[in-house]
Amino acid sequence: MVDFGYKIAKDRQIDFDKNDRSIAQYVRKHEPTFNLCISCGTCAATCTARQFTDFSLRKYILLLRRGENKEVIENIHKCMLCGKCQLVCPMGVNTRGVIYRIMEMCI
Amino acid sequence: MNIDGKIAIWKDYQKHIAADKYFYVRSCVRQNFFPGSETTFLRILREELGKDVYEHPCHTTCTGIGYHGDIVPLDTMMTVVARQFALMTEAGYENLVPSCITSFGIYTEVLDTWHHFPETEARVREYLKKATGREFKIPANIAHASDVVYKFRNEISAKAKYKLVNQHTGKPLKVVEHIGCHYSKMFPDKGIGGAEYPYVLIGMVNDWGGEIVDYPERRHCCGFGFRQYLVQANRGYSIACSHKKFESMQPYKPDMIITNCPGCPMFLDKWQYAIAEMEGKTYGENGQGIPVFTYEEVAGLILGYNPWDLGLQTHQVSCEPLLDKIGIPYNAAEKYDGVNGIKLGKPEKPAVLQCV
Amino acid sequence: MKKKVIVIGGGIAGMESSAHLAALGYEVTLLEKSDKLGGHLLNWEKLFPTMRMGKDVVTFLNEGIEKGKVHVVCNANITSAIQKNNQFSVFLENNTTYLADAILVTTGYDLFDARRKEEYGYGIYNNVITSAELEGIFLNGFQIVTAEGNAPKRIGIVHCVGSRDEKTGNTYCSKVCCVTAVKQSIEIKERLPDAEVYCFYMDMRMFGMHFEALYREAQEKWGVNFIRGRLSEACENIDGSVLVKVEDTLAGKPLKMSVDLLVLMVGIEPSAGTKQVGKMLNLQFGVNRFFKTADQHTLTNVSNVKGVFFAGTCTGPKTITNTITDARAAASTIANYLSGHEIDDRIMASDIQLVALW
Repeated sequence: MVDFGYKIAKDRQIDFDKNDRSIAQYVRKHEPTFNLCISCGTCAATCTARQFTDFSLRKYILLLRRGENKEVIENIHKCMLCGKCQLVCPMGVNTRGVIYRIMEMCI
Repeated sequence: MNIDGKIAIWKDYQKHIAADKYFYVRSCVRQNFFPGSETTFLRILREELGKDVYEHPCHTTCTGIGYHGDIVPLDTMMTVVARQFALMTEAGYENLVPSCITSFGIYTEVLDTWHHFPETEARVREYLKKATGREFKIPANIAHASDVVYKFRNEISAKAKYKLVNQHTGKPLKVVEHIGCHYSKMFPDKGIGGAEYPYVLIGMVNDWGGEIVDYPERRHCCGFGFRQYLVQANRGYSIACSHKKFESMQPYKPDMIITNCPGCPMFLDKWQYAIAEMEGKTYGENGQGIPVFTYEEVAGLILGYNPWDLGLQTHQVSCEPLLDKIGIPYNAAEKYDGVNGIKLGKPEKPAVLQCV
Repeated sequence: MKKKVIVIGGGIAGMESSAHLAALGYEVTLLEKSDKLGGHLLNWEKLFPTMRMGKDVVTFLNEGIEKGKVHVVCNANITSAIQKNNQFSVFLENNTTYLADAILVTTGYDLFDARRKEEYGYGIYNNVITSAELEGIFLNGFQIVTAEGNAPKRIGIVHCVGSRDEKTGNTYCSKVCCVTAVKQSIEIKERLPDAEVYCFYMDMRMFGMHFEALYREAQEKWGVNFIRGRLSEACENIDGSVLVKVEDTLAGKPLKMSVDLLVLMVGIEPSAGTKQVGKMLNLQFGVNRFFKTADQHTLTNVSNVKGVFFAGTCTGPKTITNTITDARAAASTIANYLSGHEIDDRIMASDIQLVALW
């Protein structure tokens, strides 16, 4: 093996066919309002954790749907479960329920 | 896949290609890495087809590499292009044939710029006049050298000694075609077949007996990207592009790759060595890689030219297994004999990629 | 003596306006180029957002034609038309001539030819179909199958094919495709509950009443997935499935996904008949190549030629609901005109030049 001073760059493309979407499937099954998220971001705008960390429920729901789970698993525990997101969600997503279900799969 | 759908699109993208009296402009990359290709182009046009092809000793780079590498400013590039036009005008030619895809893109882009912003043409004419005293006419026709070979693909076919057919199975060779980005992605109307389904190389391969494979990453760039490859820190991204293509074409088991760009054959060929060394992975049969050719090399092969005159010894992936498949004879002992009896030297064999 | 109106085009707008004009006491001749009335509606099984059958609406429209004793001429190929004083003469290929005091143009739309969006491979990749073809499958009670004859496990739906796209020359929104995608997604899930459905959209334009509810149902009840991003290209995998490439704009990353079937939501374009009749009657076209109405807000059924009026999608994309409303408005405008009321002499508060958007 030769060291060329660089490596083949990792592909950033979401490979939907290969990704593991089991967490999203589990959450969807037990909390069907998971399907209703339209990524408007109201939850993230009001989120206590979001102001001080990278935590974004908007983003994590989306990433789980795509099977990009790593970032979600690493960060889901930052949620303080305060419930502000549920208060503001225009689609009626049971956000606390969604987070609990995600946590079940991440622990 | 429904070929009729492609044929309908190919009909929409045809262009005029001059029939004779060409002003040929060489490529910086190709005359260094694939000098045999340009020699072969001239040989086919002059000796096989009896065409008048003129080369001007004073022509320079079009500055495309510097322009795309953010080193040469637009006005400088346009003035150099204007000088090439002036050389052509002085020589009494009006059909420009660049060997390089990026040059073809540059010339097309400059003419398009002048068309939409005539003040830039006036400015460049003034620069050229002040700097060199030269004046020029706009070319009557610009065709890439692959367009010209495409135009005469039937004539070449008629003189061919070999076909792109596996002599053992009698089946057409499976050929991946790779088109240089600057051929038609910027100006789809300027390329035979357009930008989504370019026909220029397909036309040759079909005519010469091969079978095209269309794979999902066909449209993806080889990854050269000028400043991407030129800066070592960016090369990981450059090689990843070729890697993506190989992974995508591999299930189709292609026998060979044909290209019409300076950078693409170089990278598609040499990255196979680098990927093999980095990841232990090879493509093609028996760990030998997928051989990569320029269209002139392929034309030369079917015309029965000596493979070593075509410059195939400079390839990283060995061409011999493919020559054996087609049934083209070669003298292995002469592989590294240069012109005028000067020995080229023999490259080291890589650890992973199986080279002959 | 009854005044005469010729209506050109026997789709929804032509049929409903004819019925209303007849009810208002005019002698109406409805010219239709094909062999039957109903236009595009004949090719549609169920309608958004209620899922009622398209043929119910056709029945309703037909009844209006029958009750009004509208003179229907099918297979009518108009060759020319002339205007003399306030009278029109319309000549057909079969050498018949019709006279009229007013003409209503209801020449409608054509669906975008998906082959023009080359990078999506319609007509090349066997598993790429259009929304109209999918509707044909529903209408004829066929199974949804791939070109290889299998039930698709994953279906992609592409919004805005030939709409909101400078590359195809159609920069406007076709209005009906987003909600059609939602409707067809649900219908796919009804037939193939285990299949995954992915819609690729730029914006979800759920503007009509109950559209949002349908969109919600698609997500909550049927688990239809929506990915915001416009396909850059489609390619064929070695197994014949279609690989789509799209930027997932909400994830901020490019995404690739194989689908067994890709459905292109083809947009609305001015029909060939719209172009032909417009030329014949010297009608003005707007920037989007639909007819230009005398005013965008207030005179939406009035043309630049006195005595010639518009209704329906020949002036721009419309839903069925909007088309029917527009058809009745056109009938009312014509009635005003034929009764001698000036229809375009009312003054607006401002004489500021309107932006030439249409």
